[in-house]
Amino acid sequence: MKVLVPIKRVIDYNVKVRVKADNSNVDLANVKMAINPFCEIAVEEAVRLKEAGIATEVIAVSIGDKSCQEQLRTALALGADRAIQIETDEKLDALNIAKLLQKIVEEEQPQLVILGKQSIDSDNNQTGQMLAALTGMPQGTFASVVKVEGDKVNVTREVDSGLQTVSLNLPAIVTTDLRLNEPRYASLPNIMKAKRKPLVVKPAADFGVDLSPRSKLIKVVPPATRKAGIIVDGVDTLIEKLRNEAKVIS
Amino acid sequence: MASELMNERDIEFMLYEFFDSESLLKRERYQDHDRQTFNEVIATAKTIAEKYFLPIRQKLDTHQPTFDGKKVHLIPELKPAIDAVIASGLSSATADYETSGMQLPPIIASIATSYLTVAGGVGLGYNMLTTANANLLSAHGSKDLIEKWVKPMRAGRFMGTMAMTEPGSGSGLGDLITKATKAEDGSYRISGNKIYISGGDHDLSENIVHLVLARLTGAPKGIRGISLFVVPKFLLNDDGSIGDDNEVALSGLFHKMGGRAQTSTALSFGEKNGSVGYLVGEENQGLKYMFHMMNEARIMVGTSAAVIGIAGYLYSLDYAKNRPQGRLPSSKDPLSPMVNIIEHADVRRMLLAQKAYAEGAFSLVLYGTQLSDDEKTAASAKEKEHAHLLLDFLTPIIKTWPAEYGTKANDLAIQVLGGHGYINEHPVELFYRDNRLNAIHEGTTGIQSLDLLTRKVPMNKMAGYLATLAEINITIEQAKHYQRLTEFSQQLTAAVTCLKLTTEALLSAMTSNNIDLALANSVKYLELFGHVIVAWLWLKQGLVATKALENKPHQADENFYQGKLQTLQYFYRFELPQIALWSALLIQSDDSTYQMKAEWF
Repeated sequence: MKVLVPIKRVIDYNVKVRVKADNSNVDLANVKMAINPFCEIAVEEAVRLKEAGIATEVIAVSIGDKSCQEQLRTALALGADRAIQIETDEKLDALNIAKLLQKIVEEEQPQLVILGKQSIDSDNNQTGQMLAALTGMPQGTFASVVKVEGDKVNVTREVDSGLQTVSLNLPAIVTTDLRLNEPRYASLPNIMKAKRKPLVVKPAADFGVDLSPRSKLIKVVPPATRKAGIIVDGVDTLIEKLRNEAKVIS
Repeated sequence: MASELMNERDIEFMLYEFFDSESLLKRERYQDHDRQTFNEVIATAKTIAEKYFLPIRQKLDTHQPTFDGKKVHLIPELKPAIDAVIASGLSSATADYETSGMQLPPIIASIATSYLTVAGGVGLGYNMLTTANANLLSAHGSKDLIEKWVKPMRAGRFMGTMAMTEPGSGSGLGDLITKATKAEDGSYRISGNKIYISGGDHDLSENIVHLVLARLTGAPKGIRGISLFVVPKFLLNDDGSIGDDNEVALSGLFHKMGGRAQTSTALSFGEKNGSVGYLVGEENQGLKYMFHMMNEARIMVGTSAAVIGIAGYLYSLDYAKNRPQGRLPSSKDPLSPMVNIIEHADVRRMLLAQKAYAEGAFSLVLYGTQLSDDEKTAASAKEKEHAHLLLDFLTPIIKTWPAEYGTKANDLAIQVLGGHGYINEHPVELFYRDNRLNAIHEGTTGIQSLDLLTRKVPMNKMAGYLATLAEINITIEQAKHYQRLTEFSQQLTAAVTCLKLTTEALLSAMTSNNIDLALANSVKYLELFGHVIVAWLWLKQGLVATKALENKPHQADENFYQGKLQTLQYFYRFELPQIALWSALLIQSDDSTYQMKAEWF
């Protein structure tokens, strides 16, 4: 069974994000980048399926310029078998990404596609769902447990009211939530081995997908800085302020 | 813990702006690597540090190893942490591919190890000693010894120690009395007592490989009659499996001020029939082999001193930025909000001093680490020789300055936290206690200063000394082109002159008939030399920062480089001028300490 894991290069979660002075975008100059944490969980789950003898091959795919090869290599060091970079300098929408991934799904015919539920930079939470719609595959999103049994995959989902388990026919799409697993770190021998694993580059233009943007980035502003608090002199004042200033009670 | 273990921006600065570590990739040994490999290795070390060591750092300190008369007990969480390091490949990161190493440059391995060190990895002393032991045997042992002992150590199955000190001979190794006699089968029988043997007993590995210094029957007195032996805890059967007990008995554990995860043991060898020992290299050459390893160990000691200094600096910096207390002297209104303590100039003084000491020491130990690489892998024989010359000369300073000033930095970290620094709710008191050993082991500060003055300076017609001064001059010449650095390049020029005058005066005093007086203040000479070296490395850091600022970096980087330049200024105004006083005492051969009599105390 082949498992396809799309991954995204994002700003490292430890980095304090800065906005460019002209508000045109987030400032990425000299910023540490990393594999999106949810995507890392997806890689880990695929590698565990392989170690359990369920998956036979784990393929990592990313879309972007040459720099995203770094994250593909990270995925290879964590245990993916090979990698595909769909090369483009364009900043793509979730729908364009999903359409390109659809082409890869057609080429590779994976039984399972595992994606992060969302990326920590744009927080869209769309790609997995769109890919499911485009490919016609069933989807199990926000997975906290994934169990492959025969030609089905049972996915326990974290939903507002608790946990919901769905049984999907393979091939299927799964998106990962935070508690699915704890990703491993790459050992030094595996970091070295990753360099010798195959990484294929395919120009995005070759896929015949219309990549024109559907949305426009107008401006980026940092969140308003929090104002200093005050100490009120008693409960009455607090209630008065909550009622008349904050207007959160009536 | 809120603060970072290490400063990632500073690591990037040191690796790729100060040292140009990417240029190492041109060397044949490193051709399989790239910058991403370097970064991923460091990231793996950071993950292991945060996942395995940081959560047990305090427990390792509060739960010292115990001895029940038969066995040593360590907290159970230590073994998985050490196993994780071994499984990750970090403990043999720099070794050759043939011995299942990764052939990583030492500077990368050193930074990776630093993460483990500051996260409570004093427990890693077991691995470090094992690596040092294996490196020594690889360099001086026979093929048979390497096959039998080095391979399982590299694989993490066995661990190693260095058994030098005895109850009657610590710093003065020439007086050691552990006995070795040759047996009929060509091996030796060892008997005697050793103390302060780190990692001398534990249950972390299948076997423990002691490297023991002992004296053969009839060998010359003093250091010329010392041989080195492999003495395992358990002998091996012909198939390599664990065999008989080798009469290496644990007679007790020492209870230490810091570094408590690492057992410090008293061992007794061969009380009945003698422990079986295997000679390393040739008879009576033991100390030479041990010293080969000791240079490496001294760089490691300096490195852990520097990075524990950095850890305390980062922790107290984070605290100072978030702890509101008091108001500025200019603020008279008791109802005005309290300021974070970093707003108090004196707190910033303590932070600046820590930054100057710790990051200065860090640049020094990385410089030494890079030289230790260059002497083996540089492009030409000439470059290798040059690196060897500099490293051999600078080793006493690379070991001692960080040990002394890294601990001073930790002392200031405690002061920044005040009462909170004195209790174990915060790790700064632990950093101080852990770091305090570094001025003692692998040659005390006093011994290092004698090594510098009596051996390293005069050696080879002062070649190492002169080569070092030439390196400093190159930086002075470069710095002259930048207005912002003029003050510092002039001051460093004067400092070098002062160093030269002091050196000449001391060398001349040493040829006079009272060598004891001439050497009485040798520690001050080492401190003076250390200050000049660290001032030089700060000027080099300032050069990189000044050039980078010309390219108008973004705000965060601008802050970083300004911070470097401000610390450079602090070091040149508050620290470097002290050498004038030390120099005056040295040049006059001041006799205050020499003339003091034991009875007068």
